[in-house]
Amino acid sequence: MNTMYMSVTERYREIGTLKCLGALDSFVVRLFLLESVFIGAVGSALGALGGFLLTLFQIGVTLEFGLIGAGQVMRTLAQTGPPAFAGGTALTVLAAIYPTIAAARMKPVDAMRVEV
Amino acid sequence: MSKREIVRTQEVWKTYFMGSEEVHALRGISVSVEAGEYISIMGPSGSGKSTFFNMVGGLDKPTSGEVYIDEVDISQLGIYELAWLRCRKIGYIFQTFNLIQVMNALENVSLPMVFAGLGADESRDKAAALLARVGLGDRLTHRPIEMSGGQQQRVAIARALANDPAIILADEPTGNLDLKTGREIIDLLTEMKEERNVTIITATHDHKMLAASDRVIWFTDGQVTRIQNREDLDIRVGTIGGAEEA
Repeated sequence: MNTMYMSVTERYREIGTLKCLGALDSFVVRLFLLESVFIGAVGSALGALGGFLLTLFQIGVTLEFGLIGAGQVMRTLAQTGPPAFAGGTALTVLAAIYPTIAAARMKPVDAMRVEV
Repeated sequence: MSKREIVRTQEVWKTYFMGSEEVHALRGISVSVEAGEYISIMGPSGSGKSTFFNMVGGLDKPTSGEVYIDEVDISQLGIYELAWLRCRKIGYIFQTFNLIQVMNALENVSLPMVFAGLGADESRDKAAALLARVGLGDRLTHRPIEMSGGQQQRVAIARALANDPAIILADEPTGNLDLKTGREIIDLLTEMKEERNVTIITATHDHKMLAASDRVIWFTDGQVTRIQNREDLDIRVGTIGGAEEA
């Protein structure tokens, strides 16, 4: 959540510039939300991959590595992957909504005055 | 032949509230600018010149009083209309250039045209022509990070002209540039004014700007203390004749 907040505040000046060029608030909001979808998706994919591998490892440790067959792998992937991916992406977007809308509504003069 | 008043302010006040204290950044400013003029707004920090500048550029609204841009009272405009105004009627140039870092010169200059609804090809062609006019025809695909300050400001000027605005607003355009480059930029702005009959309004500390200006408006403490025409400016090395009078 902090990452998304920082991403938006670092870009205040850019938002101010865009508004000076005639961008509407809705445009800025869409731009940043789209960005948050990408960031969320990539981050969640990596996280899901990591979680999946860790789970496999844990199974191997508790049972025995030799017992892990293709079926087990697929089941683990199905159980850990999608929820982690979807959940992570959704959370990222949700976290971005508040700062994005607040930033998009800023008057250009205020957006550019911010010294970051 | 009477000239059109492109900008007119009437008793404009801007008040900020710092806690319980009232701070008057602008105290009843009434000024008018004719189309095609080159106006410099000068004054020390805190004099209200930046605040006034923001008013005139549709970036901020007065607490009281009216600001007319081409006879339209901007305090009556909604957000869509203001965005339209910023896109089509006014071009902005900043001290820090404010180019989009991830886009190259061509893309930066095309951006306002995209917002104005121009097609991709048309905006690219026009952007290329503008960049050639400001002397950057060989740098179309360069990004801001690959350019010097002066070159970035040239891109900014090209971008400001993208939608053929009536007014160019320049906030300390030479602030981050050395002496020689600053002069080049001022000359370029003057050329653009002559060629396209745009009104140029700058807020500046730079005394080099004075020789290029048709009129200079001096601000102190939220009020206009002096308006000088070019003939009255006595620019000697180190002094601006009469400017220190209250």
